[in-house]
Amino acid sequence: MTLDDIITSLFPDGHEVRNDKGVLLGSATLRSGDTMLVLGVADRTALGVDEAIRLSGHVLRSIGRDSGPILVLVDSDSQRMSKRDELLGLNEFLAHLAKVLIHADMNGRPTIGLLYGHSAAGALLATGLATRVLVGLPGAAPAVMDLPSMAKVTKLSMEALEEKAKSTPVFAPGLSNLAQMGAVHMTWSHAASLADQLEALLADMPAARDRRDALGKARGGRLKAAEIAERVRDLAMQAR
Amino acid sequence: MTAPLKDITPAERARGTSFYEASARTRLELLLDAGSFVEFIGPEQREVSPHLKIFDLPEQFDDGIVVGHGRLDGSPVFVAAQEGRFMGGAFGEVHGAKLTGLLRAARQIGSIPVLILFDTGGVRLQEANAGELAIAEIMRAVMEARSAGVKVIGLIGGRSGCYGGGGLIAGCCSALAVSEPGRIAVSGPEVIETNRGVEEFDSRDRALVWRTMGGKHRRLLGAADVFADDNVQDFREAALELLGLVGPFGLDSVKAEQERLADRLRRFGACEDAVDIWTAEGIAHAETVPELPADQFIALADRIGRTSRDAR
Repeated sequence: MTLDDIITSLFPDGHEVRNDKGVLLGSATLRSGDTMLVLGVADRTALGVDEAIRLSGHVLRSIGRDSGPILVLVDSDSQRMSKRDELLGLNEFLAHLAKVLIHADMNGRPTIGLLYGHSAAGALLATGLATRVLVGLPGAAPAVMDLPSMAKVTKLSMEALEEKAKSTPVFAPGLSNLAQMGAVHMTWSHAASLADQLEALLADMPAARDRRDALGKARGGRLKAAEIAERVRDLAMQAR
Repeated sequence: MTAPLKDITPAERARGTSFYEASARTRLELLLDAGSFVEFIGPEQREVSPHLKIFDLPEQFDDGIVVGHGRLDGSPVFVAAQEGRFMGGAFGEVHGAKLTGLLRAARQIGSIPVLILFDTGGVRLQEANAGELAIAEIMRAVMEARSAGVKVIGLIGGRSGCYGGGGLIAGCCSALAVSEPGRIAVSGPEVIETNRGVEEFDSRDRALVWRTMGGKHRRLLGAADVFADDNVQDFREAALELLGLVGPFGLDSVKAEQERLADRLRRFGACEDAVDIWTAEGIAHAETVPELPADQFIALADRIGRTSRDAR
């Protein structure tokens, strides 16, 4: 599915989402008649300081003016790897985008990420992983780290890495591996209308509390994270 | 027999100990009030990474992070210190979950600040998916804690710097203190060079690395609020100073941050090198900034006066 197909299937009642050099900004009409703010990264564009500031600005302009949920569409490269972006403080710009999304989500503007293509590393942290519910579309291909780079660092062959990847979801790229970790909450189907699936999710949004570690445990992908975090929390509560 | 240390006060010992060279445990011991540190899930519990054995790699009993509770000038604080000498301080499943749990407790209590001593290359490659998600959970937990009134202070001056997702977590903190060797960035020098070529970034040009990502540049940009000399006592004093300065977090903060970062892009977006930015800031002989001793540099940074206060 192309991005246009996806947006049309999500919002049959109309939308104003523009793609400007890979930066998606706009809004769309839900079946209920409510408005959904839309933003994102398209065409496997790298997320740098210039893109991030436009995305965070789009959300901030909407706060106080609009109500309704927020959709973050993701088909990005990783963060833009350049001298200029790092010189200007890319970590602050990416963190700011994530902060704005988290702040909105905690204050009455529930956020949904829709991973429909690629994403990686800092770009994924600042977009999809900063939303309350991250949805994957079949065919999405996130890769926190790609296997050739891993082969270089670990000094293992690609064959050896691919063999290890079969037994564990913890390092290998792919939507199903991230789902097993608890990072991707659900995967939608192309067989049904995306609008129906979006409406069903909006009607049954989980609470804003971060439950990804529990999800990862239930799915067998991260067996220790939830328990360790809970034990530290308990000890810290007793120590004060 | 080693020489007795009995005549040296804790503050003198902290003053004489390089933050950069010290281990995570030494940093905490000297940063906090003497004898006040209590660790949560210490190495004796051997909560190691469940994933490193897939790669036949050695585990560490604390998974490269020390978290706990202590006192700073008599007041309670939660602390987390990454060990940059174990796998570059990288975030794995257990490592990250300890910090997440600490931040969740801080949010519930609401009044005890959190100090994070970053020393990290980012995501631990061998457990990349778990590490990436751990960072996302920490970012969320930092913002929830701050929204509940908790001050979260980052201290950056370790061997591994603060790279990758660590840089994003640092960007979520209420305020940062950094020393000259503390580097803050998303993509490391080698990563940029590997992906974009040596013409884009020569990772072996150490002067380029320091002036693009190092503590002095971050302080001048206002990315870090306080510049610390490379010793533990200076970081202790920086933490105390920041705890006194940090204000509440809310919508006004993120709006101010949007304006602060947009202003930075307008002013410096066309600059090709850190020296161009410093020159644009009105610093005479900007090329000498890397050589300035700490006291002269702090005076200069205070005169330029960029901080993230009220924003962030």
